[in-house]
Amino acid sequence: MNTLRKMAVWLDERLHLTAIYASTAGHEVPASSGSWFYVFGSATLLCFIIQVITGTCLAFVYVPSTNEAFTSLQYLNHAQFWGWYLRAVHYWGSNFMVALMTLHMIQVFLFGAYKYPRELTWISGIFLFLSTLALAFTGQVMRFDQDAYWGLGIGASILGRIPVVGAGLVRLVLAGPIVAGETLSRFFTLHVFIIPGLLIALITMHLRLVLAKGINEYPRPGRPVRRATYDAEYADILRKEGVPFVPNAVGKDLIFAAITIVAILGAALLFGPKGPHGQPDPTIIDTAPQPDFYFLVIYAALALLPDWMEALVMFGAPAIALLFLLFLPFIANQGEKSARRRPVAVLSVIFILMVIGILAYMGVTAPWSPKMSAWSGDAIPVEYLKGRTPLEMHGAVVFQNKQCRNCHALGGEGGQRGPALDEVATRLTDPEMVRQVIQGGGNMPSYGKKLTPAEVEALVAFMHTLHPKHTPPARDSNKPANRLPRDLAGLTAPASPRMTQPVVTQ
Amino acid sequence: MQDSKASPGHAGGNQEEKKTDTTRRDWLFAAGVALNVAAGVILAIPLVGFVFSSFLERKDPRSWISLGDLEGFPEGTTRIAAYRNPYTRPWDGDTANIPCWVRRLRGNTFQVFAVNCTHLGCPVRWFQESGLFMCPCHGGAYYEDGSRAAGPPPRGLFQYDYKVENGQLWVKGGETPTLSNPV
Repeated sequence: MNTLRKMAVWLDERLHLTAIYASTAGHEVPASSGSWFYVFGSATLLCFIIQVITGTCLAFVYVPSTNEAFTSLQYLNHAQFWGWYLRAVHYWGSNFMVALMTLHMIQVFLFGAYKYPRELTWISGIFLFLSTLALAFTGQVMRFDQDAYWGLGIGASILGRIPVVGAGLVRLVLAGPIVAGETLSRFFTLHVFIIPGLLIALITMHLRLVLAKGINEYPRPGRPVRRATYDAEYADILRKEGVPFVPNAVGKDLIFAAITIVAILGAALLFGPKGPHGQPDPTIIDTAPQPDFYFLVIYAALALLPDWMEALVMFGAPAIALLFLLFLPFIANQGEKSARRRPVAVLSVIFILMVIGILAYMGVTAPWSPKMSAWSGDAIPVEYLKGRTPLEMHGAVVFQNKQCRNCHALGGEGGQRGPALDEVATRLTDPEMVRQVIQGGGNMPSYGKKLTPAEVEALVAFMHTLHPKHTPPARDSNKPANRLPRDLAGLTAPASPRMTQPVVTQ
Repeated sequence: MQDSKASPGHAGGNQEEKKTDTTRRDWLFAAGVALNVAAGVILAIPLVGFVFSSFLERKDPRSWISLGDLEGFPEGTTRIAAYRNPYTRPWDGDTANIPCWVRRLRGNTFQVFAVNCTHLGCPVRWFQESGLFMCPCHGGAYYEDGSRAAGPPPRGLFQYDYKVENGQLWVKGGETPTLSNPV
């Protein structure tokens, strides 16, 4: 025993382990920071470690070559021992990392931890956030399938919109004028060397700052931060209720860490790895590229924005959001930290989460995309065809063959790009339908060149039947024949000149 | 660094000696920094050139490539065609198979469209019956002549330069069309 102790002391004299321990793991933190709200940061770091380990393992087998990547992914999924599972853990680890990082950021924001004197901790966190998203995007490209190929094309198209330097940036990112051999190598280098290296440097800085400036005490309402007095107050808190981080404040972190690992492994086991979906052959164009969930928000926003503000939002919104996040610790450097006294902060978080949630949901359902197979796959409901005249039946065939269903639903089936037409006859008169079909408008293409007059007549005759049983079709109120007797009575008096003009339809 | 000050060399030195010593050390430090900056620049030039070579490339990456015999494109039809990307690396694999839409109006009058939607580059599909190109991503639609019909695209489909030679249709391929570089 005595020899062992001597050896330990000898080692410690050389390695300074107790001194390092006392200034890191054993450093004093406010007892109040040992809270369930404070576990997300360490869990995000844990995810990163899992990503590094599983990613390194995958790199033993994965071939970062456009020619081989897809095959090596298939090999990982089906032939390599535990290959599918490690791919699944890496995929779910990335999802958890993004999610936990977001929770950590929200918690730090709501607890006012970005205020004096922890401004740089927050700013380094913003860069960690950006680097993690960059890791997620480049990781999507590693799964080199159709989605990855077209995802790169989407990235190039976004960059290509930047004035002046756009074309050059596209070439820089794609490592050439087009997605080809060098593109994947470039993204592999970013995903495996550059961004993880950057992330490790940023994490080091982030943790160093947490140690240097101390972890935020659990904020209490009515205890605002003042630059002049805060440092003394924090020292006072440590003196009165300071405990060593290990072992006295780390317990909840440890429990949550174990839950996180089990959750990632469980999700990996249950849901398996993602893809690869379809080989990255651009000539297979029957594909609808979709990003991973963290980019669905952008995907949805780009579909829903009006044309004129698209470029503005594509580049302006991220720039403004980033500037706001970077300057936040200086805008609100002092004052209340507790969320109970910061209603605007709480409401902003709720609002942003709602926007993100709704956009992500819309990104999944993508109601703005035509349903490409509806015209040949979704039949018109039988009850819409019972007792119809031959002309109306022909119209239904035209309706189906001309792919109206790709954008217009009938009986709940079909695309949602345009309005459902189950009750179209109650909204539009026949001449209005003719005009809409031939001229288009309001986001509908014109079909004047693609429909013969006979087809248009049949189509409109069919659509005229699309109304609920007891709701009559819309009537053209300008035609005297369509008027109710009481309206006609009013017409016998001199009518306004506009009303007597002929109706211009086509 | 406390230790070095107490080293024997300094212990016996008077004020004069220390001063000369400091100037010499200052000079060594300055010279060391300058040499390393110079060496760093020499190291950086090839590194930057290597990494950013694609950025600096000014040569047109496009070249003429055949889409096949004219008989493959009957008049009045729109068909998909594919070519092997002329901008190539030996390990390109499938990614060098580039599709495009060929519309033959009459005789030698063609329109060759890039499949990339002008909104964000997704592959558009041709629908013969309605005479529309539709994009699966954000609902962009184009007429048969490539002009914008509906949805978010800011312009019509990108078109390739084409020529008819030796009974074949040739296009100038090799670059992804984007808004700032519409082929």
